[in-house]
Amino acid sequence: MNGINLIFWLIALMTVFSALIVVLSRNLIYSAVALLFTLLGIAGLYVFLWADFIAITQVLIYVGGILVLIIFGIMLTHRITDVTLSQSSKQQILGGSIILIIFIGLSYMIFNTPWVNKPAIEPSGTIHEIGKLLMIDYLLPFEVASILLLVALIGAALLSRNSK
Amino acid sequence: MDLNSYLVISAILFSLGLFGVITRRNGVAVLMSIELILNAANINFIAFSRFGGMDLSGHIFSLFVIVLAAAEAAVALAIILNIFNNFGSINIDDANKMSH
Repeated sequence: MNGINLIFWLIALMTVFSALIVVLSRNLIYSAVALLFTLLGIAGLYVFLWADFIAITQVLIYVGGILVLIIFGIMLTHRITDVTLSQSSKQQILGGSIILIIFIGLSYMIFNTPWVNKPAIEPSGTIHEIGKLLMIDYLLPFEVASILLLVALIGAALLSRNSK
Repeated sequence: MDLNSYLVISAILFSLGLFGVITRRNGVAVLMSIELILNAANINFIAFSRFGGMDLSGHIFSLFVIVLAAAEAAVALAIILNIFNNFGSINIDDANKMSH
């Protein structure tokens, strides 16, 4: 149990530290690479929470799709002569203190709420159950999501097309 | 590894994401911070699902959040590309006009 605890806290530390780099780094490429480690760390947390399917989906969609899209965005919106790809932040001290207050409020709420804690046994896999839920209970949201993806696809293609 | 540790990690990620959204001026960086916020919400969904008796509805919700994040990233990057073409930079302080 101790080794598992150690791995958990290492993953948590990696996630939080690389999230810090994402928001603080002045180099956008560093931010994108740090985002990769944050997303992988979150997938690791999902494994600790017995969510195998969500962890795989996280790696596939976030790391394989969204992150590549973001790096494309970085590359396409900087001129080639613009070597540093740097960017500046504004009013970090004011923003940081506001966020610190919000974080302290959230922590106070977390530690002072009596959360329910139902015991559960570890399932051998969640894919069967998720498939049943998606196809029976959540069929309508599932179809709406597919229409939304289609709309987003067409919209993105239309928006990013070169207008004469 | 009780519920609180997951909630605290998620709160840290949420705060960092919010910090990025309000201080960053580069559009792509703001987008990355929004991804952090969405992931923080997802961790909460999965953690409550795990500690609420392994009810898999939370997993379904986080799946939908991931799908929405993918759609949002595609559309947001298209918008950012347009801002870049119209204003010459993706500093979102510069993009303060509806038309160019």
